[in-house]
Amino acid sequence: MRHKTFLWFFLPTGLAMLLFIALPIVSVVTQSIFAPHQAVLIEVENCTPLVGCTTETTIDQEATAQLRAEKPLGRFVGLGIYFDRGHLAVTEMKELWTTTDSIGAFLSEMGNLPFYRAMAFTLTFVAVVTPLTIVLGLIIALAINSLHRHLKGLMIFFSLLPMIVTPLIGSLILFWMVDSRGVIGSALVALAGDPDFSLKASTGLMWVALMVYGVWHAAPFAFVVFYAGLQTLPGDQLEAAQIDGATRWQQVKYVVVPHLMPLVTFVALIQLMDNFKVFEPIVGFNAAAHAQSLSSFIYNDLGGETRQLSSASATSVITIIGVAILLSPVLVRTWRDFKGAR
Amino acid sequence: MASRAQRMPKSLRIASSLFVLFWFILAAFPFAWTVWGSFKVELDFFSIADWTNAITGERTQAVYGSSFTDTGYAGAWIQEEFWRNVLNTGIVCFFVVTISLTIGTLGGYALSRSTYNYTFWLLITALIFRAMPPITLVAGYLLPFFEWNVWGILPTTIIVLVAINQPFTLWMLHSFFKNIPSELDESAKVDGCNQFQAFRRVIIPVMWPGVITTGLFSFLLAYNDFAVGAMLLSESNRTMVPAIAAFLGTTQTEGNVMFAVAAVVSATVPLFILVMFFQRQIVGGLTAGAVKG
Repeated sequence: MRHKTFLWFFLPTGLAMLLFIALPIVSVVTQSIFAPHQAVLIEVENCTPLVGCTTETTIDQEATAQLRAEKPLGRFVGLGIYFDRGHLAVTEMKELWTTTDSIGAFLSEMGNLPFYRAMAFTLTFVAVVTPLTIVLGLIIALAINSLHRHLKGLMIFFSLLPMIVTPLIGSLILFWMVDSRGVIGSALVALAGDPDFSLKASTGLMWVALMVYGVWHAAPFAFVVFYAGLQTLPGDQLEAAQIDGATRWQQVKYVVVPHLMPLVTFVALIQLMDNFKVFEPIVGFNAAAHAQSLSSFIYNDLGGETRQLSSASATSVITIIGVAILLSPVLVRTWRDFKGAR
Repeated sequence: MASRAQRMPKSLRIASSLFVLFWFILAAFPFAWTVWGSFKVELDFFSIADWTNAITGERTQAVYGSSFTDTGYAGAWIQEEFWRNVLNTGIVCFFVVTISLTIGTLGGYALSRSTYNYTFWLLITALIFRAMPPITLVAGYLLPFFEWNVWGILPTTIIVLVAINQPFTLWMLHSFFKNIPSELDESAKVDGCNQFQAFRRVIIPVMWPGVITTGLFSFLLAYNDFAVGAMLLSESNRTMVPAIAAFLGTTQTEGNVMFAVAAVVSATVPLFILVMFFQRQIVGGLTAGAVKG
């Protein structure tokens, strides 16, 4: 296809992405290095006869408004916002490094810094949910594949539900059940034998609940992909393995899993991207007090009375860099595929 | 799986069936429970005293004389005017799907037929865009949208969602078009068509399965969106999902969680129907990118 024709075909979608994805990124980066103007203060000296003179500091409304109008972006602070306490907290980290005597103490102190807490939760979520999703998906696929033909279609229908449902809605449905007054919640209370046992009160339990939701939501996707892979399983290889006396477990391990391996990579990649975005369950579970992800951290900055655009922008930029790092192995692989395909 | 040797031993068959049953309960029970509970009063849905109340609806019986009540739905749809949000979601989804597919088909086709290096870089950029959480972009939208006075209205959200949808749409359609042999449009060009005519006369008639599948996923993306809608829409223009989130904030104090439960069930019904009719396409779409790779 010639360059010019390509350009015309690609123009509408390219323009949409340029204007509403690429430019906002530029705008986010810009906002992250500017902070809102501080109010201009002036000192006014009040002299009253007999009492004497007092100086008073007041906000010069006019000058402040003028300054804001002149430089709407705010004042340039460079990387200041990135390094402040709400983000990378460089000073606090240095201080911690010198004052704490063990790595454990250092890490636990680090957990008090909001940004690192969000980062820790996001990475833990990615690291826990991705492998569990793959394993659960594989087991479901193997189990459903051995079902009777008529049951398969029905089971696929029900299996799709947790994935297709809107994430916020899915997390609400689960949350209402695990709420201490809900059906699972009250069962847990009965099991624990402690009437005050509550998900909302415990950070650890909240993390577990969020991850259970993550696996519940994502397992159907892994299942569907693996199930499709199982339909193309080489029958002759399985037969050969049987003739050689392989047990069922060995067949799965040496024939089925290697056959599905490219799919495992594919699912892992998609899950890595999607789990890194984790956001809605934190809103749905009302878990902001116990767990923040990078996305919900931005959401909190943007919502509420004061929109903290600079702070949200800085977190956004760090998140985008994180995405790029996470994806770098994939990019290399795609480049090789592309070279090979031509 | 007909051969005798392939047949599972009994113990494994039982274990496997039990596991399927377990997964079935895990996948379906929360929905069934919530649908059932949405016709009860709050004290039954969240029953502290006795969990069987949620099934029998004892309190509901005491209040309304029947173990089912539609007060949750009436409250959500009429009192809280949830129908407005439903309408907004309908408008947003319709336009997002139409516009995404139109411009995505053109772009995806171009990407699949061009062999220059820049197609690779465009696809990679799209992949990175796809991996970015949408909320990271919102901070970049707010100031300009306030400035141009377009914040809070549906068209803005539609355009933003179309753009956010594009990377995914491009990747999906790109792989669908790759599967349509390029000899097809090459031969049309030999017969004197230019590229666009070849696309219109030869490719469009055969592309529908791929476009329908991509359209389904575009629809889901628009329907399920929370971050963009919650941040870019004013209160009166909210779509369903941000509205449900807003319900929670306001209704919990009023003791009307049941409104939110009813709204949640209402918003799940279209998805149910979608899976019922398009199960094959959804499964096909999910595996399209995978089975080749």
